[in-house]
This record gives sequence, structure tokens and C-alpha cells, in this order.
Amino acid sequence: MAIARVAEPSGSLQDVKEQGLDREDLLGIYRNMLITRGVEERGHILYRQGKIPGSFYTGRGNEASAVGVATAMGPDDVGTPLHRDMGVHITRGVEPWRILAQYMGRADGPSRGKDGNVHMADENLGLLAMVSHLPAMLPVAVGCALAFRIREEKRVAVAWSGEGAMARGDAHEGMNFAGVRTLPVVFICDNNQWAYSTPTHLEYAVEHLADRAQAYGFDGVVVDGTDVLAVYRETKRAIDKAREGGGPTLIECQTLRMEGHAVHDDAFYVPKELFERWAERDPIERYRTWLREQVDMSDADEEEITGYVKKLLNDSLQRADASPQPDPATLMDGVYATPEDLDTPHHK
Amino acid sequence: MAEKTYLQAISDGIRGEMRRDKRVFVLGEDVGVYGGAFKVTLGFQEEFGSWRVLDMPLSETAIVAGATGAAIMGMRPVAEMQFADFVSCAWDHLVTIAAKQRWRAGTPVPIVLRLPSGGGFSGGPFHSQNPESSFAHIPGLKCVCPATPEDAKGLMIAAIEDPNPVLFFEHKHLYRRIKAEVPDERYVTPIGKARIHAEGDDLTLVTWGAMVYTAEEAAKQLPDVSVEIIDLRTIMPWDKQAVLESARKTSKVLVLHEDTRTGGFGGEIAATIAEEAFEDLDAPVRRIAAPDCPVPFSPVLEKAYIPQVDDVVRGLKELAEY
Repeated sequence: MAIARVAEPSGSLQDVKEQGLDREDLLGIYRNMLITRGVEERGHILYRQGKIPGSFYTGRGNEASAVGVATAMGPDDVGTPLHRDMGVHITRGVEPWRILAQYMGRADGPSRGKDGNVHMADENLGLLAMVSHLPAMLPVAVGCALAFRIREEKRVAVAWSGEGAMARGDAHEGMNFAGVRTLPVVFICDNNQWAYSTPTHLEYAVEHLADRAQAYGFDGVVVDGTDVLAVYRETKRAIDKAREGGGPTLIECQTLRMEGHAVHDDAFYVPKELFERWAERDPIERYRTWLREQVDMSDADEEEITGYVKKLLNDSLQRADASPQPDPATLMDGVYATPEDLDTPHHK
Repeated sequence: MAEKTYLQAISDGIRGEMRRDKRVFVLGEDVGVYGGAFKVTLGFQEEFGSWRVLDMPLSETAIVAGATGAAIMGMRPVAEMQFADFVSCAWDHLVTIAAKQRWRAGTPVPIVLRLPSGGGFSGGPFHSQNPESSFAHIPGLKCVCPATPEDAKGLMIAAIEDPNPVLFFEHKHLYRRIKAEVPDERYVTPIGKARIHAEGDDLTLVTWGAMVYTAEEAAKQLPDVSVEIIDLRTIMPWDKQAVLESARKTSKVLVLHEDTRTGGFGGEIAATIAEEAFEDLDAPVRRIAAPDCPVPFSPVLEKAYIPQVDDVVRGLKELAEY
């Protein structure tokens, strides 16, 4: 028995305009989705060139979900995106060259070579760097929301989890506490159907993970995670509600992880037909069609966007590759914080 | 100056900071209406309200993770584990996130985690432990273990001021048993600076927490041996210089702690003395610690477990005669 509301698909231009997006915003979303995929495609190239130490993870298939959620966030909101959520970093304004430098462990990556892949974030853009333990950042986002509530600020925290990590105690403790205190937090569950090689029927026994929201005393919504405007609409509603004191929402974005868990994994365990079926719902292709039909995105518009993205990524690649290796003398820097480190936007 | 219990001094330290700094708030299980299992935050909710004195669900992960998120957003949380033992449920959040966030992501996490620790009350294996050595091993965390009321207040203020995650191990056996003069005004006891509890020339005894008083009792029973008792106050960072100076003066060192022996912090102290003051020693560095087993429940067994005054007297004698 389903409990959570299943969201409508995105509608016409008129519906979208009512949600506050104009033509420029809509083309911007497309551009961010292209940059997101492009950064990860270039990451693949760098990996094959042997320039990325360790492993490499992508979020192919999750671009609409990540960009849709991030587009709905306000400038002072914060979030804890995970390894399938590159689109959040891009939408919040992280420069792609710094991400590529991060992949390669260079000195200009946000973690300055101290951590790898998407374990990075720009705090000035309201993002907190993830850890490998999933969903350990979820209750941390709840803590951010707690700070906003104590200070009576109209800010919202967004917490991400995959469907796999929803089995962990962190998710339960974080959501329960957020429900108890009606905290301004929105939970995004990227349900990409596979936790490494484990399918959903071995991960949870409810129909939708969003059904769990009712157990915590708030609303659950299931949305097609390949439909960027539907994701945007549902997140915007949830964020607005949280900002006005209405408490949390759990949004389950349904997608398929279109690649292996990481670059070493060929995902042999995912049925081929499943990949084929979801490839037809490619989030970028789907949105492109919508833009051409609803906003009259012309060939010229498209060329301008794709040309911009291509140049941005080529320049980024060059700039990242020119970034130096970290100096071994920096190894011990910052193990302990100094009082000057508290000179951040959040500690003012 | 007024005479205060160790518990009252901790309470005063937190309350004073909450009065002067709106960012400081407390969260934990039963800390509000009930005032905490040990009453450290008694009366706080009346004074500061239920959003600065948060009664939390039974969720150690949400307590530490919540404190971490709030701290990153500019707050100064003082979180309580009802017993230090329960910190195992929040290990991930301390070790995986709070300890490493500054180093890898540039984000400081100024949280204080209060950990009522130590045995002596038949608390059994899950209400008596001294887990400080486990956390002293984690780069990025600080570990504070006050022994006196004055230090309890001064180190609490230092911990709240510190831009790092600070674990505040408050020994339950000292809460109401130890009373002393505590300055009324605000003062900071620096983290990483030891205190000479008693001066002496023949032997150095390095310890912290409740064992400071066990050491004191033992030294009293040996009037012919002049024992210098060093109260480390904090074990991460720890005052190497004070220990090495004393070791060079007395040439004989005994390290005493209530935590278990193997991998206990005493091993680190002994190794440092061996590396840096070997030539000044007249005897091997000795350790007295709990045996490598869980904390027992029965008073008879617990007495056999926690280092007793007699054990320390024996250790000091052997070392003096070496």
C-alpha cells in the first residue's frame, strides 16, 4: 500500500512559469545538466589516461534530480550532496576546473589533495563535503537546520541519501529528530535502484522509501528523478514549506544508476533491458525535447549552450591539469583548527 | 572564591558561557526538564529555554551529528552523552566527520562532547568505562580529563572556546566527592598544559582524572619517598615537556590510569619518555592500569579491576627500590 504522494510529471510552460522559472532559468538548467554530465565524462577520460588516482564515481542518470533540487534551493540554504549529485555543485557555482583538479588530487582541488573524487564542497556556496559513510551527512544537515531553527533564521538545509543508505541508523535518527522538532530540512533520497550490486528488494520492504516519511510525522513524495522540472517543483514546495516552519519533507527521486558503482564496476548484475528502458528516459534528452517543444529552443540556442559548455570544459581541463601536485609539507596542515579558521560566513 | 563540587564547577562553566554567548547551547538525553542524569544542567532549561537546552530523543548519532551540523553553521554546541560508554553509538560521527572535516574540507567543527566516565559504583561494563585513549588516537580530536573543580570549570570554558571537537571526560567518581575553591570569575585553563599536583624529587607519577587522588593517597603512605604527581589535565594534546622535565629530575617514572593497559594512553607516555629521556632514567618506566578486560559489576571484582591505592603504593615502592 503506497502512502507517499506520487508527483505529477512536469507540465506546460505555463505551469513552470507559475513556479517562478523564466526562459533564461530554463535554459540555465539545461546548461547546468550538460556541464554536470560533461565534467563526469571528462573525468572518465582523465581516469583512462591514468591521471586520477584511486577510484572514480559518477552520477550518470541523476543529472535532473541533482540540478532540479539545487535550482530550488535559496542562496542562504545549505546542503550535503553525495557522489551522484555533481549537479548540485555545478548549480551552486563550483567551477568545473576545481572539480577536475580534485579528481586528480591536485593542490587546487577543494580538498587540496587530501581527499578524492566528490568528497569536496565549497562552504561559501552553502555545501558541506560528504564522507564515504552513507548517509552520515544526513543527520549533519539536520544539525544545520537545528542551528537555523534556534536562531530563527528562514533558511533550509537539504540532506541527501541514496536508497541503499536509507537502511542505516543515521537516516532514522536524523529523520526522527527532524520530525520531532519540525526542523527546516528537506530529505532527498536518490533512489537509483542499486546499492553497488544490491537491488532494491534486498534493501527495503516498503513500496516507496518516501512512505517512511509518515512514520516520522511528515510528508513523503515520490517523483520521477529524470524529470528535472518535476523535481524542481516538488523540492521548491518542500523548501518553501520548511522555510515557513512547516517542517521536513522526504522526496524520493526515482532514477537508474546508468553506470557501475564506480569506474571499476561494469554493472553486469543490472539487467540489460533495464538499462535500455531507462536510456530512453535520459534526463538530458528528455529535457531537451521539452525545451524544444515548450520554449522554442532553437538550433542557435542549443549551439550557443553546447558551445559554451564545450569551451568551459576544455578550458577547465587545461587549467586543472596545470594545477600542481600538493606539497608534502602541507600534509599536517589543518589537522587542528585555529581560531582564525572560524572566520567563515557561518561563524560571523 | 567559593567552595564548589566538581559537578557544580562543570555546570558553572557551561552556564557562564551560555550567558555570555548566545551561540552556546546544550543538547542531550534528559538534559532539560530532568537536568541531566547527573544534574549537571539542572535549572538550565528554565533559564535558557527549550531551544537552547534540548531534550533529545535516544539518538547518540543525532546528538553528535546534530551538534556537528549546528557547529558548522556557527553555533557552539555542548552535547552530552548520558554516560561516556554510549559514545560508541556516535563514534562514526566523531571520528569520520568531526575529527576530519577541518583537515580535508577546511571546515572547523567547534563542538564540546561531555562524557561522564569512570567506575567505582558497580556500573558494570556499560556505565563505567574510560574510553579516552581510543579518541586520543584519532587525529583532529582533543581529549580533556579534569581532576579538580577549578580545572573542570576552566577547561570547560577552554573547550567551548576551542575551534575543534573537544571530548570532555568528566569523572563520575569526582562529581560530588571532590570539593574545592573555584574562582567566581571567568577564566580559561589552557588545553595541553599539565599541573603539578605535588612536587617531589625521587619519583614522577603521571596520571589524570580520578587517579590523581589515588596517586595522592598512595604517596601519603610513603613518607620517605618524595613523589612528584603530575596531573596531565588533558591527554590530547598532552604536556610532553612537563613530563620530560620531571622525568629528567627524578629519573624514575610511573604512569597510572584507570583505562585498560594495552593501547592505553600510558603506553604513549612511556614510549615518549623512552625515546626522549632514556639517558636520564634510572629505572624502566612502569605502568599501572586496569587489566585488559571489561569493567566488572560486582564490587569485589571492580576493586580488583580499578587500580587501588595499595597497587600504586606497591608500584611506587618497587620503583623507589629499583
